[in-house]
Amino acid sequence: MKPPPFEYHAPTSVDEACSLLGSLDDAKVLAGGQSLVPLLNFRLARPAHIVDINRVGGLDRIYERDGGVAVQALARQAAVEDSEIVARVCPLLRDATKLVAHRVIRNRGTVCGSLAHADPASELPAVLLALGGSVVAVSARGRRVIPANQLFTGVFETSLASDELLAEAWFPASPRPFAILEESRRHGDFALAGVVRAGKSLALFGVAPTPVLADPRNPTNGLEPSGDLEATPEFRLHLVRVLTEKAFAA
Amino acid sequence: MKVNGVEHSPPADPRRLLSDHLRHDLGLTGTHVGCEHGVCGCCTVLLDGAPVRSCLMLAVQAEGHEVTTVEGLARDGSALHPVQQAFHECHALQCGFCTPGFVMSVVGLLAQHPHPSAQEVDEGIAGNLCRCTGYASIRRAVRRAAELSALPLRGEGQGEGRG
Repeated sequence: MKPPPFEYHAPTSVDEACSLLGSLDDAKVLAGGQSLVPLLNFRLARPAHIVDINRVGGLDRIYERDGGVAVQALARQAAVEDSEIVARVCPLLRDATKLVAHRVIRNRGTVCGSLAHADPASELPAVLLALGGSVVAVSARGRRVIPANQLFTGVFETSLASDELLAEAWFPASPRPFAILEESRRHGDFALAGVVRAGKSLALFGVAPTPVLADPRNPTNGLEPSGDLEATPEFRLHLVRVLTEKAFAA
Repeated sequence: MKVNGVEHSPPADPRRLLSDHLRHDLGLTGTHVGCEHGVCGCCTVLLDGAPVRSCLMLAVQAEGHEVTTVEGLARDGSALHPVQQAFHECHALQCGFCTPGFVMSVVGLLAQHPHPSAQEVDEGIAGNLCRCTGYASIRRAVRRAAELSALPLRGEGQGEGRG
């Protein structure tokens, strides 16, 4: 339960981080570390290089932009949870952040890290998808905007290239009504299934390899969730139906 | 990095976890190691005043920051920290393995919510596991800690609660 050996890099600017990511083979970005460090401890991840961006200055802002809220790569989930801007512009994001693990984890974990990690059962990717948000990816080659519906490509997989840093996420203002509902075995656990409502839009998490958009009138259409010790596929489908009904009852 | 107010140099090996650095290199074995993947909460310490998992941080990442472990709460035989005093009064421990982590989480909780509601107490300790399942007395201790922290002369002698 100790990380395997790696070469450690601690850049102090975005340019330096991008140049490292562009030149190193098999490098992984370390931000909050609340998903990556467990993977290292379990040795499920064995990157040759760790690029720790925590020394990069001015990358922890939360600010209003284009009718939404932008959250930079080092903004901790706890800061987003407490942010007056997030509460006013995108209260759905605030509510979702409260469901991510526990406060002690959120003191360190980042919103952008959660998006880049792309756990299919995590809340924030589904919120970004339901809202139609986007992320800004930067690299030595330049910067590009990736819409949420093109970001998540598989279990723990995104369309980010290996030399790109997810520098900022942009969440549009949450339309009303909004809701995020999930079912988990214990407080703070990953959800067995969850739903995000943003106005008329519905996104599901925990029931497919990525978060998915769904039709609120027939939310389980085409879904084939996996089963495990905690929930059968049928139970997950049941949860999607019940949670969708609750989310759209408002 | 500063640990409990004392300057220390970071370990040479970047893969050294903060939890292992505290225990093995600095001899601060009050920080316990349970699951080593962020679930049990036993290794919780304060980083610049906010509780974090020391098993989910590389020690080199603490360079330039202040770390507080359970040893730093009441130094050199001084009066117990109000959270420690409350755990003592309320018998909020059985085997004691999870206790340092609970104490550090509760210090963070009370910094955020000095007068926590029942729900805030539950959420504040939800990230720590007590395998003795002594949660009822731990909940009482959190409320007692909030009372003790609100006293004007906190930590002066035994105070109330012992009478």
